[in-house]
Amino acid sequence: MIATLSTKKKNRLPQVLEHASGDKRFKILEAHIKKLQFKQDALIEVLHKAQELFGYLEDDLLLFIAYRLKLPTSRVYGVATFYHFFTLKPKGRHTCVVCMGTACYVRGADKVLAAVEDKARIKAGETTPDGELSLLTARCIGACGLAPAVVYDGTVTPRQTPDTALEKLKGWVDHGH
Amino acid sequence: MVIDDLIEIAEKERAARKKYVIRCCMAAGCMSSDSKGVKEALGKAVKEAGLEDQVEVRGVGCMKLCCQGPLVQVDSHGEGATVEVSGDGPGPLYQKVTPEDAASLIGTLKGGQTKVQRGDPKAPFFTEQMSIVLANSGIVDPERIESYIAAEGYQALHDVLREMTPKEVLDAMIKSGLRGRGGAGYPTGLKWATVAKTASQQKYVICNADEGDPGAFMDRSVLESDPHSVLEGMAIAAYAVGAGQGFIYVRAEYPLAISRLQTAIKQAKQHGLLGSGIFESPFNFNIDLRIGAGAFVCGEETALMASVEGKRGAPRPRPPFPAESGLWSCPTLINNVETFANVAPIIRKGADWFAGIGTEKSKGTKVFALAGKITNTGLIEVPMGTTLRKIVETMGGGAPDGGKIKAVQTGGPSGGCIPAAALDTTVDYDSLTKLGSIMGSGGMIVMDDTTRMVDVARFFMEFCMDESCGKCIPCRAGTVQMHGLLTKILGRKATARDLQKLEELCDMVKNTSLCGLGQTAPNPVLSTLRFFRKEYTELLQEDIYGGPSGNGHGNGNGNGNGTEEAFAPMI
Repeated sequence: MIATLSTKKKNRLPQVLEHASGDKRFKILEAHIKKLQFKQDALIEVLHKAQELFGYLEDDLLLFIAYRLKLPTSRVYGVATFYHFFTLKPKGRHTCVVCMGTACYVRGADKVLAAVEDKARIKAGETTPDGELSLLTARCIGACGLAPAVVYDGTVTPRQTPDTALEKLKGWVDHGH
Repeated sequence: MVIDDLIEIAEKERAARKKYVIRCCMAAGCMSSDSKGVKEALGKAVKEAGLEDQVEVRGVGCMKLCCQGPLVQVDSHGEGATVEVSGDGPGPLYQKVTPEDAASLIGTLKGGQTKVQRGDPKAPFFTEQMSIVLANSGIVDPERIESYIAAEGYQALHDVLREMTPKEVLDAMIKSGLRGRGGAGYPTGLKWATVAKTASQQKYVICNADEGDPGAFMDRSVLESDPHSVLEGMAIAAYAVGAGQGFIYVRAEYPLAISRLQTAIKQAKQHGLLGSGIFESPFNFNIDLRIGAGAFVCGEETALMASVEGKRGAPRPRPPFPAESGLWSCPTLINNVETFANVAPIIRKGADWFAGIGTEKSKGTKVFALAGKITNTGLIEVPMGTTLRKIVETMGGGAPDGGKIKAVQTGGPSGGCIPAAALDTTVDYDSLTKLGSIMGSGGMIVMDDTTRMVDVARFFMEFCMDESCGKCIPCRAGTVQMHGLLTKILGRKATARDLQKLEELCDMVKNTSLCGLGQTAPNPVLSTLRFFRKEYTELLQEDIYGGPSGNGHGNGNGNGNGTEEAFAPMI
């Protein structure tokens, strides 16, 4: 990735722009950048929007943002990789975020996570090979009164146990076993 | 907007109040138990019962007892109200309400019965609280500015802009004795005065809402329940220090807080309470939102400012402090959410009133998020100087399922574990520091006797290891080494020598790291070593090469160098 960005930037730019011209989402992103007045300090806002539109930040997208904000690609790549919220890999169709904050941890979130990892046969931070499920952990989603909490496809679900979690995942990871 | 407009809005809002107000908690905790569905069902039931002119169903912020959510409370006003309470005021509290319960709940207004679980508003959990920051939480509708104005909102801002000089505001803040609620406890008035003294034309005010401590959700609740109080506090601060632009830096993990803030800022602008010429004074102030992207280190002020500038959130050495050179090298005032939420009440009720609450060196109240192995999880606000025992046992109801409380963890990954023997400690900045913990932002996690302290220490070390930004070596490399040693101890493969190395590393990382993250990362290890040393030594193996001093003896009664400190109550 780093090599691609640094050595091929010049050659790739026309390609990136051509790619962008055929994709509606780039237009929406460009409008957003314009709304933020092409300000370089709005980089994080732009990356948020880009991830919202595309699901993840692919190379062309980062190059496009760097070009539009007139920032070095290294800076865009640096920021995109520094923050946990941004992902450079595509996510699965469904996401399951196990909160691993202290309150959830002392109430057994580690057991929930272990059960899910075991069932889906992936580790936290990975996506199943069929692209169905991404398993993630969060540092604390602030739902400590309801510990342990798990977020299934954006819905916070309180008081999970290994059993209730596996129940929820039925249909997402059931294939073949 | 002039004061008459403000009074008019407040009066109109009060006049429109119906006989019954059914308050339904719409904070993130209850929302995850379908309180939105409950609210809609209640609205429908009111319509079906034909009580629309008598009943208002209001979505409000956090009603504090999160573990029993969704919570619904019925208030009655005026004559002929029949809800079991004589006269006005809050009525019965219902817990774990489901949308199916709505019809029977509305039925009670006509004298019917309901089987919905009743909560007790007279329980110590509620009666021992003292609300300043959370005064509007669970009462006002966070999505309507009129609701906040009816609760005396924005009056303090008016008084400040029209009747006080910036100097008078600074004096009031210094006199109130308010200290920063983000953790370190720096006197707020002094910080404001430092920024005010600088000669720069351009100054900024930042609200730190990057509540990263796992186990803390006070700031989230304040933003979701009463966003306008934070905006008002920021505007007053900006007037006092001479700033024209503010930023609120919120975590991306709090989508509801972000959307409520966006609504609040929009409404405040529409009403001329933000923008130019506020209350027809020459004062201009705007607030922009900045969304974080999941980096714990961004709670550190210099890292946060780097992030606001759109850069990687890496801290830089201080001095220069942000008060002199902060955002884009301009003087910057940076305070926590709860600190700003205290400002308007101080102006409204006076610095002396505020200084009369709390202890000698810690004034006012503090909001805590109670969580972990405790019966009543939720939010509490108590005066400084309340004992931990009162918070955990009386208000929190002790450990559930007959468990025994072993320790209370405060301050997140930067804090420490306070043993059960020290529960009579009062909660204020200095007492907690003496115990090797910190006040922190207010997370309070209760652990019972099933929790292994070495495991807890490793949990926090793993957190710090992952969250270290990598700029300075002691933190980047030290946390990895400490995590490795803790894992080794937990795996029963370590010797007394490893424990000694761990302690040396703690000392080194604590004293040589660049920012607060690294400087406080060893705290959980140090405090568990101080009070629960036996749990470490029990896991040690015999050192076959001979330990540095006092070999750990394989099983059980190992005695490493140093002994477990028995807690002796102070005074």
